[in-house]
Amino acid sequence: MTLRKRDSVLLHLAAVFTAVVILVPFLYMVVASISPQSNLISKPPKWIPDHLDWHRYSDMFSGSSAAGSTFKSAMANSVIVACCTVAISMVISIFGAYAFARLEFRGRRMTLMMFLATYMLPQVALLVPMYIILSGFGLLDSKIGLILVDCSLVIPFTLWILSNYFLTVPRDLEDAARVDGCTRVGALFRVILPTAKPGIFAAIMFSFLLAWDEFMYALVFTSSTNSKTVPVAISEFAGRYTTDFGLVAAGGVLAALPPVIIAIVFQRYVVSGMVAGAVKE
Amino acid sequence: MMRPGRTQEFPQGLAVRPKKSNGQGKMAFWLLLPALVAVFGIVIYPVVRTLVISLFEVNSVMATDTPFVGLGNYEKVLSDAGFWAAIGRTFYFTVTSTVLELVLGLALAGLLNARIRGRWVLRTIVVIPWAVPTIVNAALWKGIFNAQYGALNGILSQLGFQSDYRAWLGSPTAAMNAVIVADVWKTTPLVAFFLLAGLASIPNDIYEAAKLDRASRVRTFFSVTLPLLVPSVSIVLVLRTVEAFKVFDIIYGMTRGGPANGTQTIAYYAYTSAFSDQSYGMGSAISYLIVIVILLLSAVYLRALRRSEMSLL
Repeated sequence: MTLRKRDSVLLHLAAVFTAVVILVPFLYMVVASISPQSNLISKPPKWIPDHLDWHRYSDMFSGSSAAGSTFKSAMANSVIVACCTVAISMVISIFGAYAFARLEFRGRRMTLMMFLATYMLPQVALLVPMYIILSGFGLLDSKIGLILVDCSLVIPFTLWILSNYFLTVPRDLEDAARVDGCTRVGALFRVILPTAKPGIFAAIMFSFLLAWDEFMYALVFTSSTNSKTVPVAISEFAGRYTTDFGLVAAGGVLAALPPVIIAIVFQRYVVSGMVAGAVKE
Repeated sequence: MMRPGRTQEFPQGLAVRPKKSNGQGKMAFWLLLPALVAVFGIVIYPVVRTLVISLFEVNSVMATDTPFVGLGNYEKVLSDAGFWAAIGRTFYFTVTSTVLELVLGLALAGLLNARIRGRWVLRTIVVIPWAVPTIVNAALWKGIFNAQYGALNGILSQLGFQSDYRAWLGSPTAAMNAVIVADVWKTTPLVAFFLLAGLASIPNDIYEAAKLDRASRVRTFFSVTLPLLVPSVSIVLVLRTVEAFKVFDIIYGMTRGGPANGTQTIAYYAYTSAFSDQSYGMGSAISYLIVIVILLLSAVYLRALRRSEMSLL
């Protein structure tokens, strides 16, 4: 009994320690973003700011400084690009995943493998020809161009998660619906999708994080506030305002907010989405 | 354990194929068409085009004078010391970060699976680093490792571990390790969640049985948990290795390949050859060499994975 108690105490200590290690770097960024500049460059460092300095945030919301207006438009671009990429990828993948999970056809395995193989291609291998194509269609420095290339990155992922999840939906459910006169597509929408909700949420979350995080394509294919996304803006800040960590931190906090909120809200679906992924293959 | 999913894959056996699969084939084609267009419509041409470019000497995007050099670019790359140094650094990054993430991820998964009060709080916290965008993560750790006002220097000197501020990103080796720390902080949670999914699928009866056999906890871990986790661990291993081998974003954000090329990994090397040195032929050849290495690694892993699955039976 005492042994168990000691173990439990140790476990809780380990949990607290882990939480601290994970949180401290993130909190450091949050605190730096509201510390006055003099605190940030003081030696020894001031961990608790003298007073709260919100000017970096207000600059970004009003778009008054140069950095602020760049960031504001980058944020809007990122929201549009990520949301469109997720929506398009999800719709396309739901149909494709149904085919992989439920239909028998020649080359099924081969096709699935080809989708997965695109994951092994380094983005850098595709940059130059993609640049030429996008410029040919006048899609350089446009959100549409970025959405297109991001979809090609995200769809293999969502296809994989959803196919595996659809496989776990019992066939009997679908058969029953079809006996009742549902078409295949009807059964997909009325039976499979509602049952596969955890998988769908997991796929939405993964694809949003992937699209929000995408950097290399955005770095090369965007050049102005027209389409520049948040990661590109942040990397420019970090390069240009090397002495102003507070500004970089404020941008970082805002850039991290949407994915962090989504990840926390959908957190319980991460594991269930992966369980299905892990059982297969 | 892993079998049910597999048997589902071949419903009704192969015998029924001819008549039934025709209708299904057509339907599958139409259902998959959008995905095929959206992915391969965008990827195939660049894949082929890059292969072609790698056989020519191309010195600007719109160049018209592009002599055919055959495997010349590949020969040049393979005899370039800079390429091999970048390969060496990439392997160092890949092995170190993957091993650390796997070991720490396993421990973290165990912790997330343990009976702890407020477990959901821990799970919520653990999700955060993974959700932080890579470029933000890079900027954050660049700030922490800063030579003049960085948090690491601050805390180490306040605690009396060092008297002088150090340039953590100033030497090639230290910078590479700093990048690895940043990568491990961000990626371990994802690895942990993946392994947690594997842990969750291990039925409780097995542990009960181990308990009845009076197996010690260490023994139970090594002879029950770990073998049953082999499939999950293998998948994580493949995914993480491929990803680490392609690493670019975090390097760009933290060090831009410096100092003295100390963090220049192979993808970064390909990027600078193509874009800074304006030598697209070389950049394309390097890209293809990366693809070849990744394919080889994946093939080795997949073979090992298949063998380990056999050993489970």
